[in-house]
Amino acid sequence: MTTITRNRIIAVVALLIAGAGLAFVALSNMGQNLVFYWTPGEMLAQGSKAYGPTVRLGGVVQPGSLRWDAAHTHLTFRVADSDKPGAPSVQVVSRETPPQMFREKIGVVVEGTFDRSQTFTSSRLMVNHSNEYRPPKPGDGPDKWKTTVSAPTAEAR
Amino acid sequence: MISTLGTALVLGGLLAAAFGAVVGIEGGLRHRPGALRIVLAAVTAFLVCMVGANLTMIYALVTHDFSVHYVSLVGSRATPLVYTVVSLWSALEGSILFWGAILAVYVFGFARAHRHDPPTNPLLALGTMLAVGVFFSFLIAGPANPFGRVSPVPPDGPGPNPLLQNHVLMVVHPPMLYLGYVGMVVPFGIAVAALVRGQLGDAWMASLRRWTLIPWTFLSVGIVLGAWWAYAVLGWGGYWAWDPVENASFLPWLTATAFLHSAMVQERRHTLKLWTVSLSLASFLLTILGTFMTRSGVFNSVHSFTQSEIGPTFLVFLGAVLVVSILLIAVRGPLLVPEGSLGGVASRETSILLNNLLFAALTFTVLLGTVFPLVREAFSGVRISVGGPYFNRMAVPLGIAILFLMGVGPSLPWGRASAETVKRQFLVPAGVGAAVVLVCLAAGLRGGLALLTFGLAGFAGTVTLREMFLPVRVRMREQGEPLPRAVFRSATRARRRFGGYVVHLGVVMVFLAVAASQSYVVHTTATLKPGERFQLGSYTVQLAGLRNGVDPHRRWIAADIQVTDGRGRQHALAPRMNFYERSTDPIGSPAIRSAAFEDLYLTLLAFDQATPSASFNAWIFPMVGWIWWSLPLFVFGALFAAWPERRRVRAGAPERLPAPNEARSPGAVA
Repeated sequence: MTTITRNRIIAVVALLIAGAGLAFVALSNMGQNLVFYWTPGEMLAQGSKAYGPTVRLGGVVQPGSLRWDAAHTHLTFRVADSDKPGAPSVQVVSRETPPQMFREKIGVVVEGTFDRSQTFTSSRLMVNHSNEYRPPKPGDGPDKWKTTVSAPTAEAR
Repeated sequence: MISTLGTALVLGGLLAAAFGAVVGIEGGLRHRPGALRIVLAAVTAFLVCMVGANLTMIYALVTHDFSVHYVSLVGSRATPLVYTVVSLWSALEGSILFWGAILAVYVFGFARAHRHDPPTNPLLALGTMLAVGVFFSFLIAGPANPFGRVSPVPPDGPGPNPLLQNHVLMVVHPPMLYLGYVGMVVPFGIAVAALVRGQLGDAWMASLRRWTLIPWTFLSVGIVLGAWWAYAVLGWGGYWAWDPVENASFLPWLTATAFLHSAMVQERRHTLKLWTVSLSLASFLLTILGTFMTRSGVFNSVHSFTQSEIGPTFLVFLGAVLVVSILLIAVRGPLLVPEGSLGGVASRETSILLNNLLFAALTFTVLLGTVFPLVREAFSGVRISVGGPYFNRMAVPLGIAILFLMGVGPSLPWGRASAETVKRQFLVPAGVGAAVVLVCLAAGLRGGLALLTFGLAGFAGTVTLREMFLPVRVRMREQGEPLPRAVFRSATRARRRFGGYVVHLGVVMVFLAVAASQSYVVHTTATLKPGERFQLGSYTVQLAGLRNGVDPHRRWIAADIQVTDGRGRQHALAPRMNFYERSTDPIGSPAIRSAAFEDLYLTLLAFDQATPSASFNAWIFPMVGWIWWSLPLFVFGALFAAWPERRRVRAGAPERLPAPNEARSPGAVA
């Protein structure tokens, strides 16, 4: 075996070991950082397995559940599978200001964790930006948006 | 009428590309020099058809011809002219059409530049590029046809996606990315020609390098502009989220950057040939993968406004290119025998080899995290994504190692370095790096990773500046040249070296900016009534009031803010929300107060005009602007290095005279 061949074999083996090491580190790291996409119904069906990992919870803001404390930027609402009454839903707490045009029945994705107290603590709140264009209806337009958070009280007024 | 003309042009392009591809590949394989003339004609016809089809579409957009399918998708009479033209690439079909035109321009440019070369290589390369052209013109003619007829003709359309109309950066960012993506076709063609012939000469290698540098530059600019756009428009207070679409542009950039470095080893030591060529193939494959991920809507990301059914077509093409590439490497690769060997452990080439391994590792980890959710969903139906922490944890150590090597590589000579040389070369830069860390510590900055990055940036920056200015000093001392002339001459005599170091300075800036803006960010949220204020860092933020306004294509509500900075100066800021006529959700515009060392970033999150009150997200991002301010360095450095030299290149003669400083270190002669 010549020196060059031996050196090549050593290099290839070293590369394989380094590659395997990298793959191992990457995969185990990835395993710890998986984000699950669940609806409230799916998440509740997981039972205690849902406590802990990062979850992206997708659903709609349940009518009548929105509470927004502007002074303390403290927001609570329930995310439900659909806006039908009786759909599975989860209580969400967010310390963030609600995103633009947050309102009831809007599609949301909240990223955060679920715990034993059956409360979902959100670290990131995203409104589903539907890009389905719809034809304008009469009286439809920016003017109707006088407020962004239409809590029940604001609507009753 | 317009539909017929457009479709005819696209079909003409498809024919020209197919004809040219067959003639080119056949002529290249059988060494028929006469075929080049025919292929050049096919390339010209392809260019005329593709550019013509794009102009036809622009004409249809500008004249609001809603009988054309694509115009009915993105056109609107209310949209300002510039955004009407730009909407050519604001949705799937138009962007593929635009893609075809850029492809044709690249192929034409390559054909012009190499029409006097010995014909075999250009024939094979042009045949390969035109074969790619066949795929894209097939896409335009079939699955993604923008020229379909709409009946009945609607009176008006919805206009382009509001996010794209919201900022002028959207006019520049996508074309830059496309120019970067599509340009990788050219090095792919060159590399395929080299593999098919089983040889890679110096002249062909030089054109491979130059034709990679051009799309690399566009890709760099596109990525940085994309980060800037995300920061200035999306309003979530960041510039990079490891979104699949961002990764899609980052992956080919990584392999192309690795290529530009390994090409130097191939040039100086005549080794690593197969590896270098493989990087070219990988860059092209990753751009196709990126296009697939961006344009097929497989990812549910912020960019997924281009859902369509072209996904399967793309996947087939991607598979075909992958199989061809692997076959070529396996069957023809062994013919690219190294004609030299690597030097010692402490040498320029070893550090570049290490740099390549790091880039490959980074590409692997980012690719894994990007594609894994797709594979998992395809096999088990479970929807997951890989969180940002994975990417950060993997990329930060690799990035820091690359920054370290950026200081090590240029300090070491080619071949072999003595321990004495190593010590002499590293003492000062390492001292500067340590001093930077100490100064930061003294200034009260904490955080291991950030301080490490600052120190290494000091180290690599010092090395880069020294390598740039040592030849200048030698010239001034030995030839008595005045400073400006010495700078000019040393830069122009070794342009690639000088240009490369300018780019390195830009990269150091990006590293500093990312480390500072990630580690020392300050954030708060608040709700204010008019007259109320809050404090963030040294800034006092006071709400003056809410204001409505109307533009031709949108209405908006702005919060007038008075900001008082640490020195008592007043600034007026107005973060706003924009309402586009046919979009259900408003699009925010953050207000940013930029200074040399930090940005104050305000977004309007909620408002109530009855009370009135407004809620804000507010951030201070230290040094974040340095990411985009590095752009001139990237562009200038790359242009300086890529600008064609007079004649000598084409003849295959040695491309550069030894720079004065290269004689200084032992073992520098290759």
